[in-house]
Amino acid sequence: MSSISDSDDAVRSERSGLAALVFDAKARSLFFQAVLAILIIIAAYIAVRNAGANLAEQGREFGFDFFGRPSDIQILTTFGTWLIGYEAGKNTVFDVFLLSIANTLIIAIAGVIFATLWGFLLGIFRLSNNFVLNSFATIYIELLRNVPLLLQIFFWTAVLRLVAPGPRDAGWLVPGLLSWNSKGIYGPYPLVEPGFSYTLIAFLLACVAAWGFARWAKRRQDATGKQSSVGLVTLGLLILVPTLVFLVTGRPMTIEWPNFVTEGPILRRGFERGIGSYIAPEFFALFLALTTYTAAFIAEIVRAGIQAVPNGQSEAAGALGLPPGLAMRKVILPQAFRVIIPPLTSQYLNLTKNSSLAAAIGYPELVAVFAGTTLNQVGRAIEIIAIVILVYLTISLLTSAFMNWFNNRVKLVER
Amino acid sequence: MTPKFYTLVAAAALVAGGASAGTLDDVKAAGKLKCGVSQGLPGFSTPDDSGKWTGLDVDYCRAVAATVLDDPEAVEFVSLSAKDRFTALSSGEIDILSRNTTWTITRDTDLGITFTGVSYYDGQGMMVPASLGVTTALELDGATICTNTGTTTELNITDYFTQHGMSFELVALENSDEVIAAYGAGRCDVFTTDRSGVAAERLKLADPDAHVVLPETISKEPLGPSVRADDKQWERVSKWVLNALIEAEEYGITSANVDEMMTSENPSVQRILGAGDNDYGAPMGLTKDWAARAIKAVGNYGEIYDRNVGPDTPLKLDRGVNNLWNNGGFMYAPPIR
Repeated sequence: MSSISDSDDAVRSERSGLAALVFDAKARSLFFQAVLAILIIIAAYIAVRNAGANLAEQGREFGFDFFGRPSDIQILTTFGTWLIGYEAGKNTVFDVFLLSIANTLIIAIAGVIFATLWGFLLGIFRLSNNFVLNSFATIYIELLRNVPLLLQIFFWTAVLRLVAPGPRDAGWLVPGLLSWNSKGIYGPYPLVEPGFSYTLIAFLLACVAAWGFARWAKRRQDATGKQSSVGLVTLGLLILVPTLVFLVTGRPMTIEWPNFVTEGPILRRGFERGIGSYIAPEFFALFLALTTYTAAFIAEIVRAGIQAVPNGQSEAAGALGLPPGLAMRKVILPQAFRVIIPPLTSQYLNLTKNSSLAAAIGYPELVAVFAGTTLNQVGRAIEIIAIVILVYLTISLLTSAFMNWFNNRVKLVER
Repeated sequence: MTPKFYTLVAAAALVAGGASAGTLDDVKAAGKLKCGVSQGLPGFSTPDDSGKWTGLDVDYCRAVAATVLDDPEAVEFVSLSAKDRFTALSSGEIDILSRNTTWTITRDTDLGITFTGVSYYDGQGMMVPASLGVTTALELDGATICTNTGTTTELNITDYFTQHGMSFELVALENSDEVIAAYGAGRCDVFTTDRSGVAAERLKLADPDAHVVLPETISKEPLGPSVRADDKQWERVSKWVLNALIEAEEYGITSANVDEMMTSENPSVQRILGAGDNDYGAPMGLTKDWAARAIKAVGNYGEIYDRNVGPDTPLKLDRGVNNLWNNGGFMYAPPIR
């Protein structure tokens, strides 16, 4: 035995210099990493040099000066145009950029909120013992997640056009609140007068108070076991305090209702533009498509999360005398969350990125307006595509960061 | 293919690979011409019942293919949206863009492409449902308008409404079929594009007679082919094929009589057809019968016009300003000599 190890040592000592490095796992890995890094740098260099040469040959420049140019394109009235106060010819390309980001964010936020609510509901239906609810959820999920999203966007666009009242007619979408026709959805718009800020401040203070009360109630329950009606108090605080301040300061807000015109020039009839709040049918179609589609995936994630909680947990909760609703809220869901959140995050990211399909139906979001119309006007493909990639990357990373933070908060603390 | 795909191709093509210097040599080597056309615009570029591309823009590409490759069928047609057409050309995805495209200074100087002539003088028109009772564009205050995104149309309509102090809402869609569908479904009160396009798209509506085209022409839209700006040789080929088709009409050379005209006594005709010692093809890298090949394949400009958009076609467009200069129109080609 000893002779073998002796000869081994001998071999090792003979391998000096380069040979020793070749057989050293650490040196080898360093070597390959260095080679890879150099290859990447060379590739990047060639790409940049080629791009420069090709652009020069076509007489084009590289730069971001186009942001300052005036933008003379007309853009569909949306959240973004309202936020920027956009007018063709008066704003710059940079404003169009901000506007398109605002439109992407608003559809993403609205989509994420409603897809989550609807998805959770569907996921719970899917686990329900009620035959009708259960089969409805199953059929819904299988149907929606197996049909391409672009097709669903076209479907909702077509359906809305079919069922909506004509351009100079009006119908209730939500009786007493939202009217609609083939040109869009019309609702009330709050016109804020000076002094309304007091109501906002009161609302913020009420939020702080409600949060403080919830903390106090929890501490009291931990210490004494006595429960307080946190929900009722919170609701009271959030509604009563701002309402009181609102009334005391003399109701500094009026509601502007949509104005339906029946006389005058024919193209002026129908709902008057710029009065009340307005949602474009393109937004609504995209919102319906993204929400119903993503909800199908979220439902499956929720189901998986709930089923991942061992049956013993609900049995134990039952044995402790917790009613099913409370058991779901206090025992099952908190444990299901740690399974749900990581895949849920990627659904949120998908929804945000899928919103770029809106280009097909004319909703003016980032890809349609900035990487589409603006790119076509200014012709700076490399710059604009790079910016669009960066924007999506930023949105995605921020979403992930937030969800990771949330995940850390709700994850099971092991003792 | 998707718009995102094209934009990425454009960005990628700029980043990767050296610029191809000689499109003419590339086309000869490949044995086919890659020609960018519309997504289906009757009269200009649209596939017929058997799937064969037809139209004024299509015939121009066939003429180029006949000139270079002696085969009008050696064309690969690439269907492009208005938004993607320029990136497809500058990235090398296509060799020539012949897609009812307006020649403007921005496009000629900013996008890395060059226009090589005008194949159709157009202007922007508007269509409304007859039921609205609107007779002039000045009554359109408050209208919702549907059009293609990435077009001069989009900008002209804004100019026109601002100029006349009228307000409007614009729905800009990428796919032409989506635009006319949105208009047909009542999403918009007005459909606008080049007059030739309005005439063509109107035929796609369920009841074309229920829609009227307003009398106003609100812009100049000289439509023509374009090539990459970095290839002078290919630019000359593109430019002179178009000129030759117009010259041929002026001198009465048609697809039917081109062979007999070879023996014509008229020196102008001899020069166009490369008869005798005349060889204007060589300096462009072409054969001496370059123009004769094109004329034989698709006919002269007048024949192309009449076959695709003229009064005897469903589009019923009068020759108007697209007549030859000596017939009261704008069509005027520099001499071949």
